[in-house]
Amino acid sequence: MSMYGYLLRRLLGTIPVMLVVALFIFLMLRLTPSDPAAIIAGDNASTEQVARIRGQLGLDRPMVEQFFIWSGKVLTGDFGESFFFKKSVASLIGERIEPTLSLAFFTILIAVFVAVPLGVLAAHRHGSWIDRIVMGFSVLGFSVPVFVIGYLLIYLFSIWLNWLPVQGYQRISEGVGGWVQRLILPSVTLSVIYIALIARMTRTSVLEVLSEDYIRTARAKGQSERKVLFRHALRNAAVPIVTVIGLGVALLIGGVVVTESVFTIPGLGRLTVDAVLARDYPTIQAVILLFSFAYVMINLAVDMIYTLLDPRIRY
Amino acid sequence: MADVIVDIPIAAAPVKPAAAFRKLLHNPGVVFGGVIIAIVVLMGLLAPWLGTIDPTAINPIARNRIPGAEVSMRTDTGERIKMIALFGTDGLGRDIYSRVVYGARVSLLVGVSVALISVAVGLFIGLLAGFIRILDAVIMRIMDGLMAIPAILLAIAMVSLFHSSVLTVIVAITVPQIPGVVRLVRAIVLSVREEPYVEAAVTLGTSTPKLLWRHVLPNTIAPMIVQGTFICASAILVEAILSFLGIGVPPEVPTWGNIMAEGRQVFSLFPHNIIYPGVFLAATILAVNVLGDGLRDTIDPKMAKRV
Repeated sequence: MSMYGYLLRRLLGTIPVMLVVALFIFLMLRLTPSDPAAIIAGDNASTEQVARIRGQLGLDRPMVEQFFIWSGKVLTGDFGESFFFKKSVASLIGERIEPTLSLAFFTILIAVFVAVPLGVLAAHRHGSWIDRIVMGFSVLGFSVPVFVIGYLLIYLFSIWLNWLPVQGYQRISEGVGGWVQRLILPSVTLSVIYIALIARMTRTSVLEVLSEDYIRTARAKGQSERKVLFRHALRNAAVPIVTVIGLGVALLIGGVVVTESVFTIPGLGRLTVDAVLARDYPTIQAVILLFSFAYVMINLAVDMIYTLLDPRIRY
Repeated sequence: MADVIVDIPIAAAPVKPAAAFRKLLHNPGVVFGGVIIAIVVLMGLLAPWLGTIDPTAINPIARNRIPGAEVSMRTDTGERIKMIALFGTDGLGRDIYSRVVYGARVSLLVGVSVALISVAVGLFIGLLAGFIRILDAVIMRIMDGLMAIPAILLAIAMVSLFHSSVLTVIVAITVPQIPGVVRLVRAIVLSVREEPYVEAAVTLGTSTPKLLWRHVLPNTIAPMIVQGTFICASAILVEAILSFLGIGVPPEVPTWGNIMAEGRQVFSLFPHNIIYPGVFLAATILAVNVLGDGLRDTIDPKMAKRV
C-alpha cells in the first residue's frame, strides 16, 4: 500500500474511535441519576417549568435521536450551556485554553530537551553510574505524585529562596516576562513524569541501535562519538521516542489537571475539577471530549510525521 | 498508533513455581519493593496499636501544631491525655501521624481492589476477544475508544456520576485500566494460538474450554501478575490525586490524598500537612513500581524486552 493510502486509512481510523468516545461520554451523562432539566430550573421550580426546560433541551426525545442532535451540535462547536457558570461552554473553554496550552508547551519543551540527552547519555554509558541514576530517576519520576513535586518546588523556590511567585497565572498579553516567570515552576513540576517516560524510551531505543552494523562502520571510519550518538544513533532511534512522546500526552493531560490545581492556574484542567465539583455535566462532557480529541489528533500527527520522515517505514 | 513499539508477545513457557520463587528472592527490586510494601501493609493492619488516636477526632484547641509539639487530646472515653504530635496536627486539630497510619488502609485497599478487578475483567473480555472472531472487532473498537480518553480524566468523569465513596473511587479507577489488560490478553491469546503445541491440541479435537484452561490461561499468569502490580501502583496514585482534588473518598476518611487536600490552604505556613503523607505515598508507589519491574525481569522476561 502506498504511503498516502496508509495516511488516509489512519485519518479515517480516528473517526470510529472518536465516535466511541462521543457515545461513551454522551451515555455517561444520560445515565446519571440527576436530571439536567431539574438542575437548570433550580430548587424552587414547579413540575411544569422543569417539563418545559426538558422540552427545550430535547430531553423528551428518544435517546438515539438525542445522540445525533448532540453530536451534530458538538461538530459545529456548540457544547451547550454550562449549568454552573451560566454561559456557553464554548466561550468558557475559549477563556481557559491559553493557560493550558502555555503550560503544555513549556512542559513538552523542557521534557524533550532534558530527557533525550539524558537517555542518550545513559545508553552511551550503559551500566555505569550515570545510567543507574537516569534509570533510578525515571522510576522515581513515575512514583512521586505531581502535586507532591509541585509543593516541594513551591516550598524550595518560592517560600524558602523567594525566587519565583508562589502561584497564579499571568496572561501572555499582560507581559511575556511575567507569563514565563509564572510558568516555570508548574512546567518543571509537570515535566518530571514526562522526562522519566521519554528518558527511559530514549535509552532503550538508542541502546538497541548502538549494536547495529552501521554504528560500527561510523566508528570505524573515525567519526567523533558525539556525531555517532546524535547523528547516527539518535536519528535511527527516533521513531519509538516520538511515539512515546505522543502516547505520553495522556499522562500530560492528567498531570495538567493536577498541576493547575496546585498552582491555581485558571486553565482547562482546573475547569474540569470545578465542573466535577459542581456536577456541571455539559462542561465535563466538553472538556473530556476536547482532551480526548487532542490526544487522538496528536498521535495521528506523530504517526504521519514519522511516516513522512522515515523512509524505512512502509505500510 | 502503538504498533511500532508494542510487538505481539511470544507466549513464555509456564514457569515452575519453586524455581521462580527462588529467582525472585535474588532480585533486588523484588526484595526492596516487597519489604517496603510489607511494612506499609503491617502499618495499615496494626494501625490501632501503633500509638495512634482516633484519626477523625477533632481537637479545636490544638490546631495546626508543628511536628513534635505537645498537645492535649481527648480520647474516646472523654478524658484528656497529653501526647506528642509526632507529625503535627491539621487545621481541625486532628493528629496527622494517626491519619497517615490509618491512611495506608485506604491506599492499599484501593490499589489491590483495582488491580484484582481490572485484571479479572480484562482477562475475561480479552479471552472473549481472542477466541470469538465476531466479538473481536466490536470489543477492540470499544477499547480503542476508552483508551483515547486519558485515564485520570476518565476516572474524574466517572467519579462525578455517583456519590463519593470508596466504592465509587475503586470503580472509577478500574474502568480506565481495563482496556490495557484486554489488549495484552488478546495479544497473548493470538500468539498462543499460533504455537505448534496448541495447533496440535486443536487438531486432536481438544474442546475450547480445555484449550483455554490448559494452554492459554497458564501463559497469561506471569504477564497478569506483572501488569496487576503496575496497575496497583497507578491506582494508589490516582486515588491520591482524586482525594487531593477534593473529588475522591469523602473528606472525613483519613487517606493520604485527603490529608494533603486539607493541608493545601495552609501549606506555606505548615508544610508538614503535605510532606508527611507525601513521603509515605511516594515511598509506597515507588515500592510497588520497583516490585513490578523486578517481577517483570524475573517471571516475564519476554515482556522486559518489550519495554
